[in-house]
Amino acid sequence: MDALPTTTTAAVLDRDGLQALIEALAARGFRVLGPLVRDEAIVYDEIAGVADLPAGWTDRQGPGQYRLERRDDQALFGFAAAPQSWKRFLHPPVETLWRVRQGEGGLLFSTAAEATPRYAFLGVRACDLHAIAIQDRVLCEGDYRDDAYARRRRGAFIVALNCSEAGDTCFCVSMGSGPKAAGAFDLALTELLDERRHEFLVEVGSAAGGEVLASLPQRAALDADRAAAAAVVERTAGRMGRQLDTAGLQALLQDNPEHPRWDEVAERCLSCANCTMVCPTCFCTTVEDHSDLAGGSAERVRLWDSCFTLDFSYIHGGSVRQTDKGRYRQWMTHKLSTWFDQFGSSGCVGCGRCITWCPVGIDITEEAAAIRATPHVQGGSHGES
Amino acid sequence: MTAPDPFLPQPWRVERRRRELIGAVTLELAPLAGARPDFAPGQFNMLYVFGVGEVAISLSGDAERGTTFVHTLRNVGAVSGALTALQVGASVGVRGPFGRGWPLAEAEGADVLLVAGGLGLAPLRPALYAILARRERYGRVVIMVGSRSPEDILYRRELEHWRRRPDLEVLLTVDHADADWRGHVGVVPALIPHAGLDPAETLALVCGPEVMMRFTANALLAAGIRPERIHLSMERNMKCAVGQCGHCQFGPFFVCKDGPVLRYDRIGTILAVPEI
Repeated sequence: MDALPTTTTAAVLDRDGLQALIEALAARGFRVLGPLVRDEAIVYDEIAGVADLPAGWTDRQGPGQYRLERRDDQALFGFAAAPQSWKRFLHPPVETLWRVRQGEGGLLFSTAAEATPRYAFLGVRACDLHAIAIQDRVLCEGDYRDDAYARRRRGAFIVALNCSEAGDTCFCVSMGSGPKAAGAFDLALTELLDERRHEFLVEVGSAAGGEVLASLPQRAALDADRAAAAAVVERTAGRMGRQLDTAGLQALLQDNPEHPRWDEVAERCLSCANCTMVCPTCFCTTVEDHSDLAGGSAERVRLWDSCFTLDFSYIHGGSVRQTDKGRYRQWMTHKLSTWFDQFGSSGCVGCGRCITWCPVGIDITEEAAAIRATPHVQGGSHGES
Repeated sequence: MTAPDPFLPQPWRVERRRRELIGAVTLELAPLAGARPDFAPGQFNMLYVFGVGEVAISLSGDAERGTTFVHTLRNVGAVSGALTALQVGASVGVRGPFGRGWPLAEAEGADVLLVAGGLGLAPLRPALYAILARRERYGRVVIMVGSRSPEDILYRRELEHWRRRPDLEVLLTVDHADADWRGHVGVVPALIPHAGLDPAETLALVCGPEVMMRFTANALLAAGIRPERIHLSMERNMKCAVGQCGHCQFGPFFVCKDGPVLRYDRIGTILAVPEI
């Protein structure tokens, strides 16, 4: 991403303009990824044009519930957060880190660096934009850097999307992360759809974005277009399905590790790890070592892991977190509290995926509210450092 | 500037192997290329055995002497088992050193108490070497070692040697004595009230099983030592060692990068909570 221009420029595209955008990105060598309908869900994958987008589809989400439904219009982005986030492209679920051979003089290690894909993401919502920034802090901005992630990230062209629909499990307004994309994009779309028109206000967030936009058939944005786009975002912000009171939450959770609510939620939690797989910020990984049958070479593969597995905390003598209580508490306390200590922000962006995709409908906003309602402070400090 | 890939091991070779205790060995590793990187007492390496896997092992040699990495480890699983079985000449992968070690600069001018439980003496040994190399900068130096039985005392000859030094107090205790044992019997925290420590002057470095460290910290607090002067070396599951895999989290801390040595005033509360 290059530097933001000092003034935000904007234009309006129609459907043909959006098609031209997808083609322009493909022509610049990007692999264009966007939403499409597959397996009765919205997924992100390679798209060739507007015809691949989920025209006329929306989703109905709730705790443990996700259904696609027909809309009564032809909106292309008329749905909320899809089950997968962009994490699977920038921080892939399976990645070979290195290979090793038994040489004459000893082990010969070599990086498994493959050509860095150049992705263009079409339709990155504000919550997911924040999630990408959070993963940047974890994987790139500490003392050590995941170079492969950094290369994929640097190469990515981001077309953000200001949300026109809020799902029943959305709470980005509470987390200060949406529904309007704030910076960190190349272009940002707002879908403007009524009886008279189907257009997209496009805002420019980078020089690269400006260059692409300039090549597209467009018309200048009028004040009325900007006002219409602002109204879309405002309406979405008013329709959040959930809210989460974050005031003092960092201390509240660290001060309440023995709150009875953890036992109660553990009765429901299946430790299935779904929440961590769909979470756009969960970054945990494990590694596997695969060797060939002849024993001459091996490779180290990194895979997404979850703090909900028993193996996750295993040290000789047994796992540190033996119970569902310990594991759920770790996940939620990390997400909403210790993340601040570690990375200076919340680990939650309010996308609601963990609520939707929990098979028993555990709701992180409800759990946090329950602890807030009856805090059992044990006293003592909480991880100040 | 391109930083070296933190995930890529470098090839090292087993130079020496010494059997220490039943199931425990000391490996001395030399790099196949280049020199041994500098390390600080209390840091650790990730050691990789071909086709088996990788595990975090503390450095237990002298940081200021020699050209090898020295690791004392016990066979407690697949990877550590494969490591303890390696013979001289075998090739291993090494990443490291990682983490924050013992606060030896802060300890200057203070009385230093080192408390080890079992193999916990291994990560403390580099601290002791560093202190002895600049003995005049420290006050009283006391080392307490708890072991299961006299046969389980790690570095026993070295401890006997240190015991003869006039500037070092070595207190050994065992859980189960045999007929020849003339020393203390009991757990290591029980030694603390009788050591005549000056609580205002003492800084404590503690390494051992977590339960031993918890009881030791309580005994140190009871002796009047301030929580910010008690340092524990923590152990958690680790995959990456660079704060990116998430496994070693201990409350707000990543044991791999914020530790493994952590100050008691920062971790005392969570240390008391099961499953943090």
